[in-house]
Amino acid sequence: MTSATMTSAPSRQPNALIQAFRRNKLSWLGLALLVFIVAIAVFAPLLSPYDPLAQDILHRLEPPSAAHWLGTDTYGRDVMSRLFYGARISLFIGFVAVLIAMTCGSAIGLLAGYFGGLFDQFVMGIVDVMLSFPTLLLGLMIAAMLGASLENLIVAIAITEMAPFARVARAPTISLKQRDFVEAGHALGFSHIRIMGVHILPNMVSDIVVVGSLWMATAIRTEASLSFIGLGVQPPTPTWGGMIREGFENILNSWWLTVFPSLAILITVLALNILGDALRDAIDPKMRSE
Amino acid sequence: MTASGNPLLQIRNLQTEFRVSDAWHAAIQGIDLDVMRNETLAIVGESGSGKSVTALSILRLLPMSGARIARGRILFQDRDLVGLSEREMSGIRGDSIAMIFQEPMTSLNPTMRVGDQIAEAIVIHRGKSWGDARKEALRLLDEVKIPAAAKRMEDYPHEFSGGMRQRVMIAIALACRPKLLLADEPTTALDVTVQAQVLALLNELKTAHDMSVVFITHNLGVVAQIADRVAVMYAGEIVETASVGDLFANPVHPYTEALLRAMPRVDVSAELEPIPGSVPSISGRPEGCNFAPRCQMREPRCSRHPQLSALPGSPGRCARCLVRVDQEQAA
Amino acid sequence: MSNPSANGLRVENLRKHFHLGGGFLGGPKKVIQAVNDVSFEVPKGESVGLVGESGCGKSTVSRAVLHLVRPDDGRVEFDGIDIGKASRAELRHLRRKLQFVFQDPYSSLNTRRTIRKTLEEPLHVHKAGTKAEIRRKAEDAIREVGLPVDVLDRYPHEFSGGQRQRIGIARALVLDPELVIADEPVSALDVSVQAQILQLLENLRQKRNLSFLFVSHDLGVVRHFCTSVCVMYLGHIVEQGPTREVLDSPAHPYTQLLRESSPVPDPEKRLTLVKNDGEVPSPANPPSGCPFHTRCPHVMPVCREIMPKPIAQASGRKVACHLFEHGVP
Repeated sequence: MTSATMTSAPSRQPNALIQAFRRNKLSWLGLALLVFIVAIAVFAPLLSPYDPLAQDILHRLEPPSAAHWLGTDTYGRDVMSRLFYGARISLFIGFVAVLIAMTCGSAIGLLAGYFGGLFDQFVMGIVDVMLSFPTLLLGLMIAAMLGASLENLIVAIAITEMAPFARVARAPTISLKQRDFVEAGHALGFSHIRIMGVHILPNMVSDIVVVGSLWMATAIRTEASLSFIGLGVQPPTPTWGGMIREGFENILNSWWLTVFPSLAILITVLALNILGDALRDAIDPKMRSE
Repeated sequence: MTASGNPLLQIRNLQTEFRVSDAWHAAIQGIDLDVMRNETLAIVGESGSGKSVTALSILRLLPMSGARIARGRILFQDRDLVGLSEREMSGIRGDSIAMIFQEPMTSLNPTMRVGDQIAEAIVIHRGKSWGDARKEALRLLDEVKIPAAAKRMEDYPHEFSGGMRQRVMIAIALACRPKLLLADEPTTALDVTVQAQVLALLNELKTAHDMSVVFITHNLGVVAQIADRVAVMYAGEIVETASVGDLFANPVHPYTEALLRAMPRVDVSAELEPIPGSVPSISGRPEGCNFAPRCQMREPRCSRHPQLSALPGSPGRCARCLVRVDQEQAA
Repeated sequence: MSNPSANGLRVENLRKHFHLGGGFLGGPKKVIQAVNDVSFEVPKGESVGLVGESGCGKSTVSRAVLHLVRPDDGRVEFDGIDIGKASRAELRHLRRKLQFVFQDPYSSLNTRRTIRKTLEEPLHVHKAGTKAEIRRKAEDAIREVGLPVDVLDRYPHEFSGGQRQRIGIARALVLDPELVIADEPVSALDVSVQAQILQLLENLRQKRNLSFLFVSHDLGVVRHFCTSVCVMYLGHIVEQGPTREVLDSPAHPYTQLLRESSPVPDPEKRLTLVKNDGEVPSPANPPSGCPFHTRCPHVMPVCREIMPKPIAQASGRKVACHLFEHGVP
């Protein structure tokens, strides 16, 4: 029996992510910013000069100074310390909400795409209805129903973001389930669960993760908006949206109360978007060419 | 079948290179080829042989970046195509030299009606009015034997079957009466009965239009059906050229022989002899003869790279093999 | 007629139609009559070819046999067990014996899994031994298809089409099947690689006494590999019998057309087609009576009305054509 000679062993493909970073210098900026923000959130207790809840009425509404780099708010609390602690809340909410949405939404999309038929039509009908609501409106409705608290906020945001993940997971599932290696799995007697979990899911994880990074940015914006309206985490816990709300009344006189939290949100969302783009670049040429 | 006179197309020492990991490698090299008037020249080879690259090089349809014609001349109607500007080339493409491809679905514009796609070529190259071009398009659809042509002019590509789409592509290619038609695996994706129809059609059209055809394929059966002369390619080089009768009756190059022995035939039951090993990659070609690592007749002198040598007997017959050329000359 | 297929595959009156469209937003309803009343046998140790052009239904038959696609009607029996009526446990057991090799080497392997995982997975799922035994079985299988063991820890994208096809064959072998259904296993490969894979399959067939159901559009490949052949047209088997006889003296007009259209590497034998007009009608809209009557040079009035039944001829051949209603014309 002729033995097939191997072609010379190909060199390991250079990591596509690193390639994408090399190509797009801006992604370094995004990564740096995100690392910076996460570090602030993680080390908030160490970095904050003051207790974010400590009030100091004598020094309320003071502009940025040597003592308070970013000024004080209506209760004399240090804005910078509140900003740092606020990062924890906002990032936490954004991350957990997206994680929940990603898991549940993708599972729904995967099941719908895999089993097809009436189940698929029914489920995707609901998904389409959800998608037709503007994110904020949906979040508002759910938060209003559930009541304002940290946990409810996470749930509300998660629900608003489930539908997009279902859509994102369904399309590759449909094309993947027709690929020969999935048919091979059926022929070999693999269960549906094994095929979905071991064969289909890993082939679309990268797509989902890319979408996840972009939707985390949205989650943070949604959180800020809901907190701004008053449906988010309740005071005195600092959140960026809440800080903007509190500073809103004094927006003309005490600009630092709204500007710094807004900048924080802007930078975070920007960083996540840039990174999401880089991830997408990394995924696209490498895997799609298969 | 008679081809006569001066060659319509002359390729001399053509070398096309691709950039692979920041280094240029020759996809094809040392290509010498003549296409006579009114003949069908088949270029046959497997993956990695460079047959498609050769055709794309003639029409300068290589990718903009990462590919280049490094040396050589392509003489057509007293002009060297290699040196022409892009503008001059687009005057030639679709006009005096046309090309058809393997996948008609991706070569036709899915959002444009078929009649319009044919007429477009006529308007651009012949400067006719749209009305005249459409009349000509209808005539062409009839000529490629599409039933109910008048109605079909208004259809979109996806409404045609594979064989019909291929006929449409042929109609577009013929719209401007090219002197040379390059056909890159045009029947590979078709059912065998449809393939037979399309091959017969191409033969008729070639005679009717006084055209030459360069037919690229990996299928030796198809070659035997339609070719007047054959060039066999391996790993970027021409390894044998011969008339179709000579090639099948008396193959010279060991690769040609091996291919014939490895091909299962529908008319004869015979043992298949696979060719051991695999084609070298573009960057991994050996110093000596490209085929030597897999060749049963390998001798020590095959570590020198053989040239394409003329063989005694029939004109235009050559082979790139030190061992076999000596044998033939001794005979 | 003796019954040697008690151990083999037996397909009777298989039918499968696909229903497309319809429903709330699906567009007009279409019924693709992919497979109609198909019957054949694959005795143990034999290889049976299933040939035809696009739309003939051969791929659907190959999948219906394995119940990858549920047939609408008919019976598929292997080793005496009716697959349609098998319990889940019996079906699982049968899956070991009936295996599948796919056409496209580039989509038949999961690109995210190492070769080792791909080969070991079926063994794990069927609990075919201890971890060490499973490891060894995977290594044996990869060697059996002519690849070195270090292939196991690599990924599919590192291999050529021919090598991937070998890996796909190895995957089909790990469960020690008795029947292998191969759907155009060499169509996507170069001629020289094709010959290597065909030789591999032949060696495996002899060594393991495998049966094959070999689906192909290439008559040359089928002649080489299959002892008997079934010719399909628009969902029907129009002719079946020993391969050489069917190809050397085709009875059914479609078989004749198919044979005559197949190019032969001999310029002396150029095709001279008597009548080859038109194309295969769509299986969504098949002609009445005999599906070939629209293109048949010998068409008679009865052909437009009535579907001919397969009639046994000498030496195990069957032809479904009105010309043969009363024996050989």
